[in-house]
Amino acid sequence: MTATAAAPGPAQVEMPKDPSRGRQIIRDILGGSVVISILAVVVGLVVGAILIAVTDPGVQAASGYFFDRPGATFAALGDSVGGAYSSLFQGAIYDFGRPDFLSGIAPLMNTLDLATPLILGGLGLALGFRIGLFNIGGQGQTLVGGAVAGWVAWSFPLPFPWGLILSIVAGIVGGAVAGGVVGLLKARTGASEVIVTIMLNYIVFYFISLLLRTPGALQAAGTINPKSPSPPDSARVPDLFGAQFSVTWMFVIAIAATVFFWWLMSRSSLGFKFRAVGENPAAARTAGIGVDSMYIWGMVLSGALVGLVGVNQVLAFTVGGFGSGFDAGIGFNAITVALLGRSRPLGVFLAGLLFGALNSGGYVMQAANDIPIDIVLVVQSIVVLFIAAPPLVRVLFGLPRPGTAPRRRAKAPKAVEAE
Amino acid sequence: MRITARRAALPVLAAIASTALLAGCSQAPSTSSTSSATQTTASNFLPCMISDSGGFNDHSFNELGYNGLVQAAKDLGVSQKSAQSKTDADYANNINAMLNQNCNLIITVGFLLADATKAAAQKNPKTDFAIIDDNSIDLPNVRPIVFDTAEAAFLGGYAAASYSKTGVVGTYGGMQIPTVTIYMDGFYDGVQYYNQQKGKNVQVVGWNEKTQKGSFTGGFDNNTAALTTAQGVLNQNVDVVMPVGGPIYQAAASAIKSSGKAVALIGVDADVYYTDSSVQNILLTSVEKGIQQATEAVIKDSAAGKFSKTPYVGTLKNDGVGIAPFHNFAGKVDPNLQSELDTIKAGIIAGSITVATPSAPKS
Repeated sequence: MTATAAAPGPAQVEMPKDPSRGRQIIRDILGGSVVISILAVVVGLVVGAILIAVTDPGVQAASGYFFDRPGATFAALGDSVGGAYSSLFQGAIYDFGRPDFLSGIAPLMNTLDLATPLILGGLGLALGFRIGLFNIGGQGQTLVGGAVAGWVAWSFPLPFPWGLILSIVAGIVGGAVAGGVVGLLKARTGASEVIVTIMLNYIVFYFISLLLRTPGALQAAGTINPKSPSPPDSARVPDLFGAQFSVTWMFVIAIAATVFFWWLMSRSSLGFKFRAVGENPAAARTAGIGVDSMYIWGMVLSGALVGLVGVNQVLAFTVGGFGSGFDAGIGFNAITVALLGRSRPLGVFLAGLLFGALNSGGYVMQAANDIPIDIVLVVQSIVVLFIAAPPLVRVLFGLPRPGTAPRRRAKAPKAVEAE
Repeated sequence: MRITARRAALPVLAAIASTALLAGCSQAPSTSSTSSATQTTASNFLPCMISDSGGFNDHSFNELGYNGLVQAAKDLGVSQKSAQSKTDADYANNINAMLNQNCNLIITVGFLLADATKAAAQKNPKTDFAIIDDNSIDLPNVRPIVFDTAEAAFLGGYAAASYSKTGVVGTYGGMQIPTVTIYMDGFYDGVQYYNQQKGKNVQVVGWNEKTQKGSFTGGFDNNTAALTTAQGVLNQNVDVVMPVGGPIYQAAASAIKSSGKAVALIGVDADVYYTDSSVQNILLTSVEKGIQQATEAVIKDSAAGKFSKTPYVGTLKNDGVGIAPFHNFAGKVDPNLQSELDTIKAGIIAGSITVATPSAPKS
């Protein structure tokens, strides 16, 4: 505990001397307060409401005769925005239109299901961020983890639960190797992990696309479409609360991963070294920490967690076999989740839940109110935009600009508390 | 700094506000007209549609399917619902959202949605489903809508070979999937048929039917990869090019315009002459796939209670596929070309000319 509390100490002294401006920006983003995260979400929802109103044909028509009948405009405004956010709620939390409680709560279960990969991916990327590694390779690591898990699942059909356990382990190892390669390149050659991970995304995506249309590789036998065979039922992740809800045991694994992340970063000596390297690699090296091996292990663990996203997509989420797009953009959305959660375990978990809810509600918003799914994406993007610019939120809400000294002092105990 | 910025913003804001004021001055519609609008809903039949990740404004098969949905709903006097998918993860969720809207018929666009459609159809036997471009589901409540586009692309290949002066024609695809390569197979066969009939040796670049290998952009986005692929094909002395897959023809159009060469474009899926006026001057013809008509027909069958699981297969015979007019190129092609194409079309329908492709739909 004393070590944890003392950790920011040397960093404060070193910070002004830190030559890397990029590192400073990361630190600013991760160091923002919970209040700013919440306000960013509020601003995102408000801007979303404005966009819904502006793009709604009913509002457009009614505003044409605003002075003749102003009430009509406000009624149309209420209809479009109220209807949209009511659909968002009913699609994400509880649907009042269903006959009983069990079917009414199904949207919440769907939210948990959609949040699962975002939490896992967010934790994986957050781990990298804490070590000062900007891992943008979520897509590639997801694809490797999922493809390996799927391949093991149908190639070694063992009875339940052994087939499943073997496939999950294979997926974790796949993601860990995909991440470890990046760590190795950075540690040994000094290659920028940002560039390497982005490029590996392309390499992996096209390589898996190739395997998916090569008979005998990942392509299902007897088909000409680029799709894999379906993993056997014995290797599928079972539903958590029965077939009527979409949430699976992967959600429990996501909770376990969150606890593991907390333990690793706050209680283990490896986590202490990780954080030391993240705060200041030069100081960490002086203190006798092997920075290079921390980069390698950091990317291995980061890739392993992201590999679980692939496992979730292939063995829990997708019905039947998978195509080359099974990562579904989660590798990138997880960056958002990690940033919104300030790379803290609980923060990432809650951010994952929020984005799961936005996704789940977005489907109903689109189906029931004809609102383009883009609006939901705009809301998410605005949230990130505001989180990346804490001063903007402070100005918007007239929050006091914290002086350097009190902010530092306030930040240190909070970091301990959050962990 | 801040003050000057604010001062500068003031007139702009004033201008916006006054425009908004003027815009709000028109007359409100009388209330009687709004009530009559609601009466047009004659039946409770609700057709719904879910796009694949291309979205409904892809100038291609999603858009054609959507047009079919809108037209059928208009003709039947019913409302319709639609949802766009952004990623593969959206398919099952969008179908579920539609099921909760109590849709009677759910049309999914593209083979990517096959697994999600199959799972939903098994769970909801009382809802009708139809899936465009996939023939893998065999369930009593799922109707596949597929097209033998190789037949129409054969005509396109023949026309391209006839028009070409350099003796080289090209094609490239978005992704190497059957619904794309079936066009390229037909195109290739059409060129070979022309060579055989006329004793010429017109080359095809970008696709080889025998090895099933060729040029692909790697996706259905009009991006740099599409432009590079288009330029790669154009650099091989090609003067007719057929890009297959959604909006990637736009990359070919810009590559043609920047090269300054007289290269003609062949559109696919829709008659691109009408869907995109910017390429009218370089468009030789289009290989059409009657997705709109097929969708309309399937919706109307379902509304009339005549839904069946028998696949709808679009062919030259039932006008489910075809070749568009030459429009601006009518004076530039061989005067006998149209009659030759008509003869070939009749030959394909009668079976005297066979268009063999491994990607053909099984009916």
